[in-house]
Amino acid sequence: MNAARKLTYRDALREAMREAMQRDGRVFVMGEDVGRYGGTYAVTKGLLEEFGAERVRDTPLSELAFVGTGIGAALGGMRPIVEVMTVNFSLLALDQIVNNAATIRHMSGGQFSIPLVIRMTTGAGRQLAAQHSHSLEGWYAHVPGIKVLAPATVEDARGMLWPALEDPDPVLIFEHAQLFGVTAEVSEGAVVDIRHAKVAREGANVTLITYGGMLPKALQAAQELVADGIEAEVIDLRVLRPLDSESFLASVRKTRRAVVIDEGWRSGSLSAEISARIMEQAFFDLDAPVARVCSEEVPIPYPKHLEDAALPQVDKIVAAARALFGAAAQ
Amino acid sequence: MSRGIASYGREFCLRLVRNMLRIRRMEERCAQLYGEGKIRGFLHLYIGEEAVATGVMANLRAEDAVVATYREHGHALLRGISMNAIMAEMFGKREGCSRGRGGSMHLFDAATRFYGGNAIVGGGLPIALGLALAHRLQSIRPVTACVFGEGAIAEGVFHESMNLAALWQLPVLFCCENNLYAMGTALARSESQTDLAKKASSYNMTSASVDGMDVLAVYETAKSASAYVRETGKPYFLELQTYRFRAHSMFDPELYRDKAEVEEWKKRGPIHNFTQQLKRAGLMSEEDFLAIDHEVLAEVEASVAFAEAGQWEPVEDLTRDVYTEAT
Ligand SMILES: Cc1ncc(C[n+]2csc(CCOP(=O)(O)OP(=O)(O)O)c2C)c(N)n1
Repeated sequence: MNAARKLTYRDALREAMREAMQRDGRVFVMGEDVGRYGGTYAVTKGLLEEFGAERVRDTPLSELAFVGTGIGAALGGMRPIVEVMTVNFSLLALDQIVNNAATIRHMSGGQFSIPLVIRMTTGAGRQLAAQHSHSLEGWYAHVPGIKVLAPATVEDARGMLWPALEDPDPVLIFEHAQLFGVTAEVSEGAVVDIRHAKVAREGANVTLITYGGMLPKALQAAQELVADGIEAEVIDLRVLRPLDSESFLASVRKTRRAVVIDEGWRSGSLSAEISARIMEQAFFDLDAPVARVCSEEVPIPYPKHLEDAALPQVDKIVAAARALFGAAAQ
Repeated sequence: MSRGIASYGREFCLRLVRNMLRIRRMEERCAQLYGEGKIRGFLHLYIGEEAVATGVMANLRAEDAVVATYREHGHALLRGISMNAIMAEMFGKREGCSRGRGGSMHLFDAATRFYGGNAIVGGGLPIALGLALAHRLQSIRPVTACVFGEGAIAEGVFHESMNLAALWQLPVLFCCENNLYAMGTALARSESQTDLAKKASSYNMTSASVDGMDVLAVYETAKSASAYVRETGKPYFLELQTYRFRAHSMFDPELYRDKAEVEEWKKRGPIHNFTQQLKRAGLMSEEDFLAIDHEVLAEVEASVAFAEAGQWEPVEDLTRDVYTEAT
């Protein structure tokens, strides 16, 4: 196999775009401040210099208009990568995403497909308060017609873009703001799929099911549970729509216990969907009710201590997992 | 300026100096505090643009309403929110004007009718329309001042709001702070028509453009604009041409503009130029200036001490204020 290299999550995303643009002349990048500014999170830095302003397009502050333009360009034969600064701002483009991107294939009787990739930042943790910190990927995962990816690792940051561009349907990629600086080794030319969840850590006693920015916290919780004699298996969902139920059901059938960790709010969340599927399909394999660790039901507050309190944290995950073993393990 | 500076009187002019300095010194301190980690999140400084808020806010009355953006420290301060409450908010303390829940970008204050710092570009415009409509329906005559950057003009919501305000004749004073850049995007790279007053005329809205680096020019233009809104009940679009001296936020390496350009604009610094004019006209001495500055710096230090001494909201109260009634 090819040699492994160390990369940050941010660099991996950039490399993936650069490679896609080199490989396919139809690929171009469009969004607010992707060019001259270098990208809000510096993901697109340097691409303008390399590919020019035709293929790295700075847009006005017009989420609705430029996301819609991406849809039209995809319909017209291009392979656009649209960057929306954060998921909160994508709400200004919700109409285009939900009413057009997700529906046109179906409404046209399968005549038109929309090979569009929309990337955006999600998640809290940087004290950016209630209009820049939310995790709304679960909402998008509700909508048939789009696919929703959540790269939690550098490998997926590097590898998910190309299959997303090859996919004939609109794909939304959610990049958690806390992950940009994460560094890891990736092997050159590693190929990843965008269909399956992945076992991020093997274990026999409880399954921690999570995705995106919560994966590092779940892995750390698994580490801490070892002291209690609990071996946790950690499932990285990777793909939020369509959900790969088989992966987490197989794990839960083995461990007989599950904790779902989701940075979205609990009510009406992705975690609720996962928990329901476990209940529907693995109820008799369970030794304890499914537990959930989600964000508190509050717009994310600004002060650090309140923001921390609002989010799923390692200690909450550990406590939720322990509680599934009854008094003996506590 | 048609009117001679002396006709404004010494007291009025010194108040303008003081107000601009209050914003400047407060924000310079904020930048330091950001470096110390006391203020976190996004922090957008108004340094260089002080004449705009100073000239506009001086024309508002207590009954008026204000809607602003994330670059709103100066507007909030001159609207009458205490520097203490603003500073405590930036620290995230419960003594802050938003109980610490909002931070720098979300200053709110019911007492002064300050309807927020909004961090969605263009997000405040429809709110201003709604306030103005409410005033109309209640047959009261306040002006709603809606402050936003020129970047918002690219948003669909700007056009929808301009149209509706003009169509329904809503008493909104649209204050477009044109500082030439939306983050790193220069106006000309964002707009097909860079003469912003023309945008207003396409909606049949009266408009004016003014040099936003000249506090008296801003004051005069905002005076007639606000009087127009107050008297006719119709909207007005005011373009304030200005420049931000600092980075967009604390995360911006400023790759998109030349240092020389920034230096050119700094020569037009609103505080420096106005104080020079006042000195030339014999309305203010260097000692006067230093005395004001001294008092302002003391106000700033007191606000920092106030914020430091403030309390953290207990974590048990995390979910308070999500609904009016606790659930
Ligand atoms: C809907 C939306 N899109 C993007 C952003 C990110 N953003 C924050 S400030 C800003 C620039 C806005 O520029 P302008 O309106 O001119 O105001 P200025 O910052 O210059 O005062 C951008 C793009 C946002 N906050 N909201």
